[in-house]
Amino acid sequence: MGWNLIRLYAVLVYLFMFLPVAVVVLLSFNASQFGAFPMTGFSMRWFVALWENDAVMRAFRTSLLLGLLCALISTTLGILASLALVRYRIPGRNLITTVLIAPILVPEVVLAVSLLLFLNFIGIGKSFLMLLAGHVIFTLPFVILVVQARLVGIRRDVEEAALSLGASPRQTFFSVTLPLLMPAVAAGALFAFTISFDNITGTLFWKPGGVETVPTQIFAMLRHSISPEINALGTVMIVLTVGLPLLGASLARWLSMKRGV
Amino acid sequence: MGAVNLSDVVKRFGDFTAVHRMSLEIPEGSFLTLLGPSGCGKTTTLRMIAGLLDPSEGDIDINGRRVNDLPIHKRNLGLVFQNYALFPHKTVAENVAFGLRYRNVSRADIARRVQEALELVRLPHLASRYPAALSGGQQQRIALARAVVIEPDVLLLDEPLSALDANLREEMRVELKNIQKRIGVTSVFVTHDQSEALAMSDQVVVMSEGRIEQVGAPQEVYNTPASEFVARFLGAANILPAEARGIEGETMVLDVPGLPRLGIPRSRAPRLAGAGAARLVIRAEKLALTPVDAPADDRVSVPAMVEAVDYQGQSARYFLRIGEGENTHQVQAINMIDERPFAEGEAVSVRVRPRDCAALPLGTANGGGGSAA
Ligand SMILES: Nc1ncnc2c1ncn2[C@@H]1O[C@H](COP(=O)(O)OP(=O)(O)OP(=O)(O)O)[C@@H](O)[C@H]1O
Ligand SMILES: [Mg+2]
Repeated sequence: MGWNLIRLYAVLVYLFMFLPVAVVVLLSFNASQFGAFPMTGFSMRWFVALWENDAVMRAFRTSLLLGLLCALISTTLGILASLALVRYRIPGRNLITTVLIAPILVPEVVLAVSLLLFLNFIGIGKSFLMLLAGHVIFTLPFVILVVQARLVGIRRDVEEAALSLGASPRQTFFSVTLPLLMPAVAAGALFAFTISFDNITGTLFWKPGGVETVPTQIFAMLRHSISPEINALGTVMIVLTVGLPLLGASLARWLSMKRGV
Repeated sequence: MGAVNLSDVVKRFGDFTAVHRMSLEIPEGSFLTLLGPSGCGKTTTLRMIAGLLDPSEGDIDINGRRVNDLPIHKRNLGLVFQNYALFPHKTVAENVAFGLRYRNVSRADIARRVQEALELVRLPHLASRYPAALSGGQQQRIALARAVVIEPDVLLLDEPLSALDANLREEMRVELKNIQKRIGVTSVFVTHDQSEALAMSDQVVVMSEGRIEQVGAPQEVYNTPASEFVARFLGAANILPAEARGIEGETMVLDVPGLPRLGIPRSRAPRLAGAGAARLVIRAEKLALTPVDAPADDRVSVPAMVEAVDYQGQSARYFLRIGEGENTHQVQAINMIDERPFAEGEAVSVRVRPRDCAALPLGTANGGGGSAA
């Protein structure tokens, strides 16, 4: 009896969480003009409409570029920062860690506004680069957290063994440390990409005029009407931001299974 | 001149001195063991030779060349760790080939030398496995193959057997010693296990608190310990207060309170110049228990009382009370059991050959130098 109640409760919670998402996905395949039930038939027309909508495609390309660059920069910086923090005794290590992780803890709006004000203050206007910088600040903590956790688990003596065998510190990094770090690097890059791709708050503050990302584009479209195109766009976003990490995770699992570690 | 030379090497971590002014000569091709309790500075010393730590003072030479400023990857060393430290993302063959890739060895030669190294450790069939799919003993053999395939000038081993279980450890120590002998590489081995040190080494360096207590061949450090610390650390030893009376010919005469006068060969008391306070050292296995009525032989015999028996199967460890009146001493004896062990409370006679005893001067803080021949 008690267990059944708990089961029911769990089902309700899941329904509450995923039903809206399911509705969006379902309605994106609706043939009707109106984004509402009942469905009148299965159709890909809203996806075609998206494809033909220049504004949406532009936003999509912007988001993609932004996400990829952000992932690249965040991951590179994140690896370097983690190496410095974990492998070397640098003064003020704790302080530096806290500062690097802080963007997760500070409310996003506050961070967005302060970066905007700061850049205005030093006389840098809004630009794509600034938007990118903002996204890097947001995503860097996640990369550092995953990479650091993995780096702590890489035994120092494996690197020492490589050194003793004649590999220079650089060669040791590229032939031992980085390959062992790869799952975390990949996870960090995926995190960075999806967070950047999803981000709206910061983006609204930082984006230069005329530039839209997918989330700000949806936001803008919602102000005019609730078109079923938005459902289709939502479906695409779900596929990207959920599917990509899942794909990455199974790839990592497959790789490590091959090695038996 | 040794293959490895330490001269007046000091290592400080902040205020703490981990290694005090250590000098050591390690001859070409020899197997030298750093032996001592946890925290005595063995690993620190080894890591300085490896180039993983910089000495605070002093010089380290390898093959006559000062290497203080030479980074580890240019020292041509083989390093073997307690936890194997194999590259988990590389196969066994790739692990072994790793060092050759940085040495201008042709592809064909790499393949051949990897094969030879794997045959040396008797695991050629595992070449394509990943380390996670190997047992501890196999991993350690691969680590050894990886270290020796580059033909290092010195092989450094930090407790390579400690992570293995007891049976495997003994098997591996024989094998390790064989391989070392076969390829003749100068080796420095770190352990806190005295039986490993005695079984494998040409020279044993006994260390305590960052200082060398004694350097010598295994038999030498075992039979004629240079200090009370060495006597206690290597096996079970009885250490009794004694008074050296002087030298008579080739004999050193000693009195232990409550026991009859004892003359031991002078060679067993090399550090005792003449009369004075001393310590008598008798190994627990050299004390033999006999029934009180056993016929006399060439051994010195004193009456004793069995206070406790620690039964160990084929042997037993006895705790005995010897001496008279106020001057009694507890000693321990480890004897093979003949028929039945002696019982608690039994009166026995305990015997020892004078040449199985050793004597030390009292209170020689035996610090500082020392060098292997
Ligand atoms: N990086 C360090 N900073 C400060 N003290 C250190 C450092 N490394 C070692 N020590 C100290 O130096 C002493 C010697 O350490 P070492 O690792 O050489 O001991 P060991 O003989 O190898 O012991 P064990 O048998 O436990 O491995 C210890 O007291 C240790 O605490
Ligand atoms: Mg150690």
